[in-house]
Amino acid sequence: MNEHSTGHTRVDHVVEDMDPTLSLTSGPTVLQSASPTRSMANKIRCDACPVLCNISEGRTGACDRWGNVNGLLTRVDPMILSRHPLPDDKAALFLTGVGSGTTYPDYKPAPFIVSSRHDEVDIVTVVTEGIFSYCSFKLKIDTDRFLGPEQANIRFNGELVGHVTTAEYGSQMLSIGGVHHLTGGGKKEGRATCELMAALGNKQAVDLSIDGGSTLVVQSGAPPIVNGERETRMRVGCGSATIGMFAKQWLGLLDEVVVVDDHITGVLTEHQAGKYLDIRPSGIELRGRRSTPGRYFKVANPGTGWGGTDIQDPTSIIAGFDAKVSWPGLRLLMVSTTGEHSAYFVLDEHLVPQPAAMPVEVRQAVDLIAENCEPALTTVLFVGGAGGSLRAGATRSPVRLTQAIKDSRVNVTCGGAPVYVWPGGGITVMVDVALMPDRSFGTVPTPAVVAPIEFTMRLSEYQALGGYMESVQSLQDVMDRHRSRIVSIDTANPWPLRHKALLE
Amino acid sequence: MSGLGGGAAFERLGPDRWHFQHGPIDLIVDVEGDPEAQARAIAGCWDEFQGVLPGLVQELPSLRRAVDHGTTLRGPVARRMLRACRAFADERFITSMAAVAGAVADHLITGFDQPGIQRACINNGGDIAVYLAAGASFRVGICSHPERTDTTQSTGVPLSGAFTLDQHAAIRGIATSGWRGRSFSLGIADSVTVLAADAATADAAATLIGNAVNCLHPAIVRAPADQLKDDTDLGSRMVTVDVPPLPMSAVDSALLAGRVETGLWRARGLIFAAAITLQGRMEVVMPVSRPALFDMAAA
Repeated sequence: MNEHSTGHTRVDHVVEDMDPTLSLTSGPTVLQSASPTRSMANKIRCDACPVLCNISEGRTGACDRWGNVNGLLTRVDPMILSRHPLPDDKAALFLTGVGSGTTYPDYKPAPFIVSSRHDEVDIVTVVTEGIFSYCSFKLKIDTDRFLGPEQANIRFNGELVGHVTTAEYGSQMLSIGGVHHLTGGGKKEGRATCELMAALGNKQAVDLSIDGGSTLVVQSGAPPIVNGERETRMRVGCGSATIGMFAKQWLGLLDEVVVVDDHITGVLTEHQAGKYLDIRPSGIELRGRRSTPGRYFKVANPGTGWGGTDIQDPTSIIAGFDAKVSWPGLRLLMVSTTGEHSAYFVLDEHLVPQPAAMPVEVRQAVDLIAENCEPALTTVLFVGGAGGSLRAGATRSPVRLTQAIKDSRVNVTCGGAPVYVWPGGGITVMVDVALMPDRSFGTVPTPAVVAPIEFTMRLSEYQALGGYMESVQSLQDVMDRHRSRIVSIDTANPWPLRHKALLE
Repeated sequence: MSGLGGGAAFERLGPDRWHFQHGPIDLIVDVEGDPEAQARAIAGCWDEFQGVLPGLVQELPSLRRAVDHGTTLRGPVARRMLRACRAFADERFITSMAAVAGAVADHLITGFDQPGIQRACINNGGDIAVYLAAGASFRVGICSHPERTDTTQSTGVPLSGAFTLDQHAAIRGIATSGWRGRSFSLGIADSVTVLAADAATADAAATLIGNAVNCLHPAIVRAPADQLKDDTDLGSRMVTVDVPPLPMSAVDSALLAGRVETGLWRARGLIFAAAITLQGRMEVVMPVSRPALFDMAAA
């Protein structure tokens, strides 16, 4: 069959070893929805799959997914509309890219260019699903446990899918996916990466293993599970930081406080904060290696006991008390950085700590540490570059779209969720998948990741950018012609049609 | 194939469940076994799957013609379709397309017969092929009224019947047909579920029994197939569009016709059993020697 006889563009991947066909997924669907060939009187030929049905007006093809609606090949399975939390809002519905399909490589207008009116301003939203090869997920794992050395490989089903990157305060960052794993490695590596990325984006739990490190179960918005142990609380800080934060509140209640921590164990009376508050030295001698005054490394081995160490009896890290400095009756609190573990002691006449009933005020001080700990979570951010041919589906002059986004004249959203657009060249966006509708992500066997993306701007702006004005249709028209599903947009999200780009 | 049309889609739905889709083919693939064998088998199945639709499309005109003794087909799935339908072709109008869904499932299930796989099943829109390793079994339920499912209760879908497949029964194919399904039916059955040695045979038989469950009642709405869908293999045959509530006598006569058709194919040894539902009634035809094949739940 002569590809050019039909007059519309076939899929044309640049990378040579990519799958030559474009495909659709059960979640978001990717398809050419160009105006199809009129092969016979009132029939159109669907090129959504190899069956190539000839479909008469008012009927659907063999799949029941695509049909001939008024002579146009139209997708008839549902798309996602977001509903504004305020039902009386005039612009209460926003068409997301989830399930919209795409026209990769976007020589044609995007699947939907929707107009609406909001606060007397004509607004256009270009709705599409992008196919992203250049994309990744950044995971922030709230844990102090050792996940693996920086730069270590991360595996999913045995395949290389990413690496350990920097540790941030109380969290470990991971990088998952990226073009080198998707298309730069073996076929199996690409498939595993693609499957994993879609699962992470769709807020599913996935098993990862880190070379030379831990095994992990991670899921957007859920506590991470490290080597089979579920994290519950993020520590308030390291042992030393905990001393700094709460020293003042211990004044008068306690003579010594040891905050047990796998990383840095803090000792109140030696610590800068204790000195500042003029607290009398206690003569305590800890095991481990002293770093700076009041800060000790390696008081024990990593584990699941106190403060991420392997200790069960906190006094095991105390070497003794200096008889010249210490005194019987000294009040000692030992506490972990999350407040999960705590014990109160009073020194006897031999300067040996003896367990004692914890005074109410001390209990309250411990509770304050616990209250200040946040729940440990995994957060999953999608990072994708939308600066390529995807822009051509929005406007005839792609660079003008990039410029308009940089000038905040266009609001970019993913599934209606707000994105951070990186400064510099291109349109590199970052979005928290937790804010996107469920099952927003799909895959194509290229392999590449499919994600919804919407560009919203004033109608006049769209015209100025060289937009496809003839393709602009009202939201009502789209809803009349396409099956759609309405979801409530995450109430924490700013409403896409209320962006400053549209209101100034 | 040239690069025309979309490729196939792959999605993992759960630890043991996948969704493959290509054009009109939707498969739910369940595979249980040790993780390595599972991963290897599902990768092999996916590789095979991607060639299925392009292969079928090459022979589509032949597949859409009525089967006779002169019909020859080349592709592995097409040959399965033909083999299944030929058994019925002397006595009934049938095209190879009557077994397409079952044949696709049969073709792909063969890849799961390997060490480390406990059991597998491929559900191709209600036409199901099963693989069982020694000692494994599947419990299968029939739900003829999915719309009655109460999602607020944890009791799950209401079952009209259930049965167990294990190594003692040679049943590896289960197919369901009905006028509400995506394929057209000449009959009025809400569902016809057939158990056979393979899914292609079950599929073809369910189609024919579904066609037979019929009666002449003026309230039944019918239309020529080619006026509803382009490229149909049924030509201008009248297919069922709507079935309003029918009087008991009409239901009785339709069920009887279905029972006779089922008996015919059972006598030929082509199928093991069938369950027909129509307007709240259920008719089960099964071997006397295995009365426990269907244990009926209270309707």
